[in-house]
Amino acid sequence: MEPVDLDFEEADLELPSEPMTLLMGPSHPAMHGTIRMILKLDGETVQDVDIQPGYLHRAFEKMSERGTWSQVFPYTDRLNYVSPLLNNVGYALAVEKLLGVEVPRKGQLFRVILGEMSRISDHLTCNGAMAMELGAFTPFLWYLKAREWIWEACEEQTGARLTHSFFRIGGAAFPPTEKIQAQIRSILPRTLEVVAEGESLLLKNRIFLDRTQGVGVLTKEHALSMGVSGPVLRSCGIDYDVRKDKPYLTYGECDFDVPVGEDGDTYDRFMVRAEEIRQSCRIIEQSLDLMKKIAPGSPDDAVSIVDPRIVLPPKDKVYTTIEGTIAHFKLIMEGIDVPPGEVYGYTEAGNGELGFLLVSRGGGNPWRVRVRGPCFFSLQAAHDMIRGGMLADIIPTFGSINMIGGECDR
Amino acid sequence: MSKLILERLKAQFGADVLEVSSFRGDDVALVKPARWVDVARFVHDDPRCACTYFVDLSAVDLCDPRTDDLDMDDRFEVYVIAYSVEHKHRVRIKTRVSGDEPRLATVIPVWSGANWMEREVFDMYGVHFEGHPDPRRILTYDEFKGHPLRKDYPANRAQPLVEYRDGTFNKLGPFLQDEGMPLNRSAAPDERN
Repeated sequence: MEPVDLDFEEADLELPSEPMTLLMGPSHPAMHGTIRMILKLDGETVQDVDIQPGYLHRAFEKMSERGTWSQVFPYTDRLNYVSPLLNNVGYALAVEKLLGVEVPRKGQLFRVILGEMSRISDHLTCNGAMAMELGAFTPFLWYLKAREWIWEACEEQTGARLTHSFFRIGGAAFPPTEKIQAQIRSILPRTLEVVAEGESLLLKNRIFLDRTQGVGVLTKEHALSMGVSGPVLRSCGIDYDVRKDKPYLTYGECDFDVPVGEDGDTYDRFMVRAEEIRQSCRIIEQSLDLMKKIAPGSPDDAVSIVDPRIVLPPKDKVYTTIEGTIAHFKLIMEGIDVPPGEVYGYTEAGNGELGFLLVSRGGGNPWRVRVRGPCFFSLQAAHDMIRGGMLADIIPTFGSINMIGGECDR
Repeated sequence: MSKLILERLKAQFGADVLEVSSFRGDDVALVKPARWVDVARFVHDDPRCACTYFVDLSAVDLCDPRTDDLDMDDRFEVYVIAYSVEHKHRVRIKTRVSGDEPRLATVIPVWSGANWMEREVFDMYGVHFEGHPDPRRILTYDEFKGHPLRKDYPANRAQPLVEYRDGTFNKLGPFLQDEGMPLNRSAAPDERN
């Protein structure tokens, strides 16, 4: 067959020497919906990249200033919508820090258990989606199957699959249901099995290893000055985990390890998340055992504090007693009267340190609610992970930082 | 533990540290805006503080439009939180800038992660960071009017339609008829500013 370009002069065939500008996103299957990248390409090499977030900005912080303190909970669900319970816990703990109250022991253990369940679902989604974007669809489906079991347990407890709004300032909406503990115990071994199955498909796969090892490297020093946290920071070799370094709730009593990577590449981020799933299962097992030891009827055996200024009274009291009606009315119409002050409360969420800077000037409304969404910081650091690499490597790198639009753009 | 940072800051900067507090375990120092970068650099470089981990940078609007003057001094409180992985302590440094043309020096040379956070503070509060290499808006868009997290910005304000931009990559057109219209269609057109 004759070549088609016979008539062309040699000069016409030379590639242009100036870099090409390529727009990636915001509507791109691998951009998780909401990020735009403007790439300067030399062939397939990324010379420079401008990452533009903001397409999912919903004015979380402005809206929080307009309601009562309790009305922020549904918004926090929609920050990291893959692990909403962890956001609930983070916000509840921050407000409790400002109020100076502490939840009873059973409530604390309950928060740990449900929070870690959420973390497992977060990591399963991230690792599965990353593998899927590299073409391995099977682990993704298996991981989603396991995530489904977790969501069924969350539904059993909270009544909602995704946006639970379950925890309250001063406790939780309901005590543990009868079935939930047995259900969680039965899920954990099955989930670990699925994780191992998925890994068996990926970790001996030449394509997966070549596409992730040594790709999207982030150095230690850079990660620190960029404020990167969570699995992305730990994959660089820094063992900073809020659960270990400043234990909150009952994490101090649990025996668990903090997995740390070495190279800070995409592979390490995958492995850190995979190991964290196993550690979360250990934490849940231990917390369930600790919960069993609580003597029934003791002050520890409650999920919420008893304080009519903070926690809503039970419904039967609202309808039958004047005190209950008044407490209910005051909390709903005026909100919790948080004393003036300013605190920064932080917890370890799925993607890293989730911080809430809360400013109160008294009255029922927050003066300022600032969310430190961990993936906003990871996304900023993605600039250096992507630059200098290949165009196709953006996809696993971006997948491994687990950018969640709701949390990033707020 | 981290009282140490506050003590070292007071010893180093004297009267330029206006106020220190440790409410609920958060160690906070309020400094003069003129020494903002010096304090940040000290906290980062000093071996006993060694706060090399950048945690957060944002701002709070202290002005209550019902009672205060919008151009009041000390209107915007910008804060930065830094943590030391080595010593396991953290500190929050705050400073206050005026409501009339708020300006502050950038701390990007100290922590490179401050880049997007300062862009966000500019976007939301209109505080200009002098020396910032990329002073664009970040969560909203270039044509956005006003700074939404200021207390005098009404939460239900609608923004005008964005014109088709030619030759830039910041936004691509063409737009549909009702793009950029307020959610509340009953508002009179002249109120949609």
